[in-house]
Amino acid sequence: MSALQFPRERIIGIYRSMRLIRRFEERLMEEMSTGDIPGNTHLYAGQEASAVGVCLALREDDYISSTHRGHGHSIAKGCEIDAMMAELFGRATGTCAGKGGSQHIADLRKGMLGANGIVAGGAPITCGAALSAKLRGTEQVAVAFAGDGAMNEGVMAESFNLAKIWMLPIIFVIENNGYGEATANAHVSAGSFTRRAEGYDIPTDEVDGTDVFAVYEATRVAVERARTGGGPTLLHIHVPRYFGHYSGDPDTYRSADEKGEMRKNRDCLRLFRSRVEGAALLEGADLDQVEAEVEDQINQAVAAARAAPRPDAAALHTDVYVKYM
Amino acid sequence: MAQKSYRQAINEALHAEMARDPNVILMGEDLTGGAGGSGVQDAWGGPFGVTRGLLGAYGPERVRDTPISEAAFIGAAAGAALTGLRPVAEIMFIDFLGVCFDQIMNQAAKFRYMFGGRARTPLVIRATYGAGTRAGSQHTQALHPILTHIPGLKVVMPSTPYDAKGLLIQAIRDDDPVMFLEHKMLYDMVGEVPDRSYTIPFAEARVVRDGKDVLLIGLGRMAHIAEAAAEELARNGISACVIDPRTTSPLDVETLVEFAEKIGRVVIVDEANPRCSVAADISAILCEQCFDALKGPIRMVTAPHTPVPYAPNLEDAYIPSAARVVEAAQSLLRTR
Repeated sequence: MSALQFPRERIIGIYRSMRLIRRFEERLMEEMSTGDIPGNTHLYAGQEASAVGVCLALREDDYISSTHRGHGHSIAKGCEIDAMMAELFGRATGTCAGKGGSQHIADLRKGMLGANGIVAGGAPITCGAALSAKLRGTEQVAVAFAGDGAMNEGVMAESFNLAKIWMLPIIFVIENNGYGEATANAHVSAGSFTRRAEGYDIPTDEVDGTDVFAVYEATRVAVERARTGGGPTLLHIHVPRYFGHYSGDPDTYRSADEKGEMRKNRDCLRLFRSRVEGAALLEGADLDQVEAEVEDQINQAVAAARAAPRPDAAALHTDVYVKYM
Repeated sequence: MAQKSYRQAINEALHAEMARDPNVILMGEDLTGGAGGSGVQDAWGGPFGVTRGLLGAYGPERVRDTPISEAAFIGAAAGAALTGLRPVAEIMFIDFLGVCFDQIMNQAAKFRYMFGGRARTPLVIRATYGAGTRAGSQHTQALHPILTHIPGLKVVMPSTPYDAKGLLIQAIRDDDPVMFLEHKMLYDMVGEVPDRSYTIPFAEARVVRDGKDVLLIGLGRMAHIAEAAAEELARNGISACVIDPRTTSPLDVETLVEFAEKIGRVVIVDEANPRCSVAADISAILCEQCFDALKGPIRMVTAPHTPVPYAPNLEDAYIPSAARVVEAAQSLLRTR
């Protein structure tokens, strides 16, 4: 079933997830200037339709692994906003008790196997989760999110091969935002990403990552394949990246024209609005209400994070091992 | 008690744990050898014959011959461990750490800490190590110092068949990532190994022989070199104590300090290169914790700061010998 035929509440839910990601990231960008958030962070704004469209096609117990740009995937998979915000503020109530930070948000209870500070680092781990699901006979599917930059890491090629020979229930989602850090993808990538996967006889799809319905549809097909023993799929999803590589990036390597065009014509939230309003699935007022609720939720998460305790000093030494001595 | 080889002892441990727990799976290059070929299956039984017969007992789903893709299958083992299995992955030669270190150092070792204590990674990585096989610089290293350095990993290096079985069973039942290092020159060593399953806790050093004049600490295969040196010293009227730490992380500091304090003279024998090594680390720990009890400088007998050479005379000179240990012990006894 196309996501356009979903019940009304579920379509509202799609917008809520995308809006939550957008406002979470925009708010982080603002909070950065207050100095209350340690370190830098890689923001997912602009790419929302990809994470939400993919996760919409997953079961709650399916696995995902993410990248350094991982907030969107985490939110889409169901990680708690309050805990994520607290993590970014480095608080004890955070998703990882304040010990992981932006690049290591994980929630195994939600099937979220971790963001990753190492480009392409999640691909083999996700193969392992898929193998685990296969051997345990759970019919779970695993999704490895990666960016265009990851496609030039050798471990991606190894993972494609492993996934295919073992017919693992895995989907490689390559989110191509056009830039690996500050370098244009075209400058560093030979050939085509889908043809690389096709070389391993892995089915592929090119997907418009500003269209959450298209992302859902492509993922649904891949999930069906994975769950029924058909093995891996690669989805090449084209997305815009609203901010620079990291939150402190002046982003001068992209022209004003490029950035302007992107925000004007490739805003997945605005496109969603016109799509569902045009099809008379929802009214503007429905979406306005979602926006107001999301605003409250983000405000509350920030306030709670600021009020939350920092990790106890003893936490420095704990949780290195389950048991050491 | 039954006499078995180090190779057999490891094989028995794998058999026992696979029979006991369906979540234990094996993966590695040529674990069986012959997969997909036109001839005999399980043809190699592992590159050193260690995993022979497991394919027949547990089947290809649980005993998986992998492509030559260490990063992918070590990472997959880590991911499988994170999601409910207990994989035992094999790196054929520890030297191949170079192509999969990210998955060990940045991923498996750090999951638990990075995720705020909410992950368990019951992963064992078996790997062969050590010189003496005329295999050149990339199939012979002793890299336990690099691994010992990393928080989140445990590092085990058994020196006897008995220890190999007990420590491997312990490693497979452990809930943290364990590096299990097997010395290639020990595979044919025979010793007493019970048929039953048993475990040996980590951080419990083995006192190989007691003595009062000098303490020889030997890591992995070097426990045997230290023992040979102790025999030689005994013939010269010198009583040497030999200790095998068995695990370098966690390390049985208590026992090492106790004996160093009691004896006062210490020689550490390690096949690894000397800089930033486990030998250097133990030396530093003893200096810090029992300096006043030492009757002379701590001596390290290690490989030189070079790669492992190929020519037999050079490789033999590279590996610490009993003669060098004897010499170090005697020089210590001459100092007052």
